[in-house]
Amino acid sequence: MAAVWAVVVCAVLVTGVSGTAGDSFQEELLLTPLRSGDIAATFQFRTRLDSDLRREKVSHYRLFPKVLGQVISQYSIQELHLFFTQGFWRTRSWGQPLLQAPAGAELWVWFQDSVTDVDKNWKELTNILSGIFCASLNFIDSTNTVTPTASFKPLGLANVTDHHLLRYATLPREIVCTENLTPWKKLLPCGSKVGLASLLEAERLYYSSYHSQSVHIRPICRDPDCSKVSWELRQSLTVVFDMYTNGQGKRDWSLFKMFARTVTEPCPLATQSKIYVDSSGYDKELDLFEVTPPSYLEEQVPVHGDQRIYTVYDLLKPGFFNTSRNLNVALRWKGSSADSGQPRPPVFHAERYVSGYGLQTGVINTMIYNNHPYRAFPVMILETVPWYLRLYVHTLTIITKGKENKPSYIHYVPAKDRQRPHLLEMLIQLPPNSITKISIQFERALLKWTEYPPDPNHGFYISPSVLSVLIPSVKNLKTNKLEESSLFSTLFPSSDGSSYFMRLYTEPLLVNLPTPDFSMPYNVICLTCTVVAVGYGSFYNLLTRTFQVEDSKQGGLAKKIANLIRRLRGVPPL
Amino acid sequence: MAAPLVLVILVAVTIRAVLFRSSLAAFISERVEVVSPLNSWKRVVEGMALLDLDVSPYSGDVFHETPLIVYLFHFLVDYVEIVYMFTDVLTAVALYLAVKEYNKVSFKQQKLYLELNKYSAGSIDLLRVPTEMHYVPLKVAIFYLLNPYTILSCVAKSTCALNNAIIALFILATVKGSPLLSAVFLSLATYQSLYPITLFTSALLFLLQRQFIPVKMSSRDFWLFTCQYSSLFLGCLTVLICHSFFLLNSWDFIHSIYGFVLSVPDLTPNIGLFWYFFAEMFEHFSLFFVCVFQINVFFYTVPLTIKLKEHPMFLMFVQLAIICIFKSYPTVGDVALYMSLLPMWAHLSRFLRNIFIVSCMLVVCSLLFPVLWHLWIYAGSANSNFFYAITLTFNVGQILLVSDYFYAFLRREYHLHHGLYLTKKDGTEATLVLK
Repeated sequence: MAAVWAVVVCAVLVTGVSGTAGDSFQEELLLTPLRSGDIAATFQFRTRLDSDLRREKVSHYRLFPKVLGQVISQYSIQELHLFFTQGFWRTRSWGQPLLQAPAGAELWVWFQDSVTDVDKNWKELTNILSGIFCASLNFIDSTNTVTPTASFKPLGLANVTDHHLLRYATLPREIVCTENLTPWKKLLPCGSKVGLASLLEAERLYYSSYHSQSVHIRPICRDPDCSKVSWELRQSLTVVFDMYTNGQGKRDWSLFKMFARTVTEPCPLATQSKIYVDSSGYDKELDLFEVTPPSYLEEQVPVHGDQRIYTVYDLLKPGFFNTSRNLNVALRWKGSSADSGQPRPPVFHAERYVSGYGLQTGVINTMIYNNHPYRAFPVMILETVPWYLRLYVHTLTIITKGKENKPSYIHYVPAKDRQRPHLLEMLIQLPPNSITKISIQFERALLKWTEYPPDPNHGFYISPSVLSVLIPSVKNLKTNKLEESSLFSTLFPSSDGSSYFMRLYTEPLLVNLPTPDFSMPYNVICLTCTVVAVGYGSFYNLLTRTFQVEDSKQGGLAKKIANLIRRLRGVPPL
Repeated sequence: MAAPLVLVILVAVTIRAVLFRSSLAAFISERVEVVSPLNSWKRVVEGMALLDLDVSPYSGDVFHETPLIVYLFHFLVDYVEIVYMFTDVLTAVALYLAVKEYNKVSFKQQKLYLELNKYSAGSIDLLRVPTEMHYVPLKVAIFYLLNPYTILSCVAKSTCALNNAIIALFILATVKGSPLLSAVFLSLATYQSLYPITLFTSALLFLLQRQFIPVKMSSRDFWLFTCQYSSLFLGCLTVLICHSFFLLNSWDFIHSIYGFVLSVPDLTPNIGLFWYFFAEMFEHFSLFFVCVFQINVFFYTVPLTIKLKEHPMFLMFVQLAIICIFKSYPTVGDVALYMSLLPMWAHLSRFLRNIFIVSCMLVVCSLLFPVLWHLWIYAGSANSNFFYAITLTFNVGQILLVSDYFYAFLRREYHLHHGLYLTKKDGTEATLVLK
């Protein structure tokens, strides 16, 4: 108890000091019941550093983690986005995600224009991050790094958009687990002791269908007229709990059921600490569930081009924890428990698969669905394919409604063996209510036996394609200011309310390559050398010797021995 | 003589036209035996597609053709099938004319040697007669045009057919005794695939022989002609390479073509010896063995030139075969070229030791290639070793074939000078051995 008091006192002191420094911390949890009966919980933690890391030398850190601040200054980072994800967001049954990430690890970084050798900084940065987050980010090298031209734009304040300062890499094979979560939690000002982060217990988080944690660092405006620059660290964690494995087949959810914890107090360093529950429901299911404990705070937030109603619990409200010692938000369904029928497909989704048979060639197919009833919109597709699948760009076909669809922008960088991957970026117009099929042929390369990973017949992971799209909104919405609105709606800047930005990822692919026999390098070396020696030997023989009439008088050693044996046998000699 | 040749050409063109129209064409053009990363048509199309996208075709590792080919097909892409059929016909006609001319030359030479009494009296059975030589050019044309290997190569639109045409024209120009054209075609062939540079000495020797210049270190004419021919060759090569540079405005193609041929980064299976060897090689020995294997291809030139300096045409044949066996990305089109020259050496058949076994080996291997490929890649019931074993056997067969011809050639030469029936000092029949 004394410790808690100490923390509170410190918090008061810090708040007093931060009156001048102005650093702030906000935390937020969003619970979204999904159409399939599963539930998505999205944590957002936002730490703001009110100093410009680019200009001044910051030596004193309060809430902002020092380790990241130093990395930003050292490697002149403009923006950093890092994702660790396990599982795949099923857009078809779960609806559109707030922030999707591809399975494995994904890292994209904008460097400042003062950087001369971007590749060197990138290499060092990936190794540093690998240490900070206990991940295999050091496997990021030139064979999986690309420089997209249009798919990734800076999300924060930026005066440069020269894409040569951008590096993007994914590691689809990366396995995410608690060793990645612990360093991530340590970046929070309150750690995982109090506040919403106390819900993050590894044992429950990794027992879920989808788990994605991310770190976003970007410069933002400190005030509305943007005279000063602050740095924002946004840590976000999304987890989807399965109705059958976690909820025992019932759609009733509570914080305790999900995390085996309840919220007992907010982080004392936070200036905002809220729990949002998506209570707008879907269509006919409206008001089919009730949220306990009841809250009379409701907020309308524009999400995915729609006004959504959220029940809000403000944990910092004085006296909030006086009535009850802890907060266990629960959703209770009134209607029939399961099966609300086939969910309505989302406006935009995509899927990808490999077709063909055998280990020689294959086709990568991407299906993109535009379910908007009357609006066409363009989509930017980014494909990164490793060099060992040799893409043939002349076989690229894009077919919409049975007709050839010509991309209005295409950027292709072919792969170099053992050096860099293929990069294909295209801008494709999607007509309303349409399915677009993109297919491209590839050839599977035979690698050197040392280049195969352990268990080569498991296959090789191909990173997901990235679809960036500006979707027209159903309603025209006005956007709120950054500081006041909820965190989950403010990651992607939107210029006006008529459309909203979304980035989707398709499934990663698993492709088999032909393999040599790993057990017999010695045999192969010996046999091939023997054949070469047969060639060499027979030519050497013919080149160096001459024809001669055999003279029977001279015999070799063999003949002498033969004659000796013949004499012993009593047979006339040769 | 022209009528049978026209007939053969018509038959060959019909077969190719039918195959081009059939569904087999797509299947054949994916076969690893027929196309290699260097000459596959799919990659030529890819290179043109990259040019259309304003991407240098050499910035990636898919396209390894020369800039001239990509620009040639940029204009001819709509008539590509006709171009390939025409190329094959051109090769056959060039070989036909070359062999016809060579027969004349060699007959004259034989007559001269007889007059000079260089041949033994007992070798009269070995002399070549016009009736036997009459059908050799036609046989060569037939061996080229109707060889299944050539047909497959043509239907797959492998640019190997173009290289063969250039080499055939080079042989024709050399046999006709034109140093300029010979140097031009040799430099074109070298520019296309690098390895034909080893044909330089044989062409030089042939041209020297035609101009009655003795191959002597002390002879001034010899050095003069050698310098003249090599400067012609190097000049043409420089022009070609500079021309390619100006077409694309970059030197990338040098590394992308010749670096690719020499360092063997692409291990796509083929009928050669390199792919599996370097897939299984220990990394730190890789460079060493690449050097050894590449030196192996080029090195045979020196001893062969010394041994066969009187017989440049046979030297050329052996060189073509060695290139085909030991090059980094061989295809059956290369095999077809030197095999089509076999009828030229039909008079050696008396001395061939194991031609039947070798022919059976080559035929069986050719049939087993697709079978074992299917088992490995599609059925999954065999592994890479099966296909590898067949490539080994096929190459052993080729080596035995060439060394057998070489042996027979040397033996015939010996008999020509010492008589066909050799006797010992005591009058009994003697046997001939290599010592």
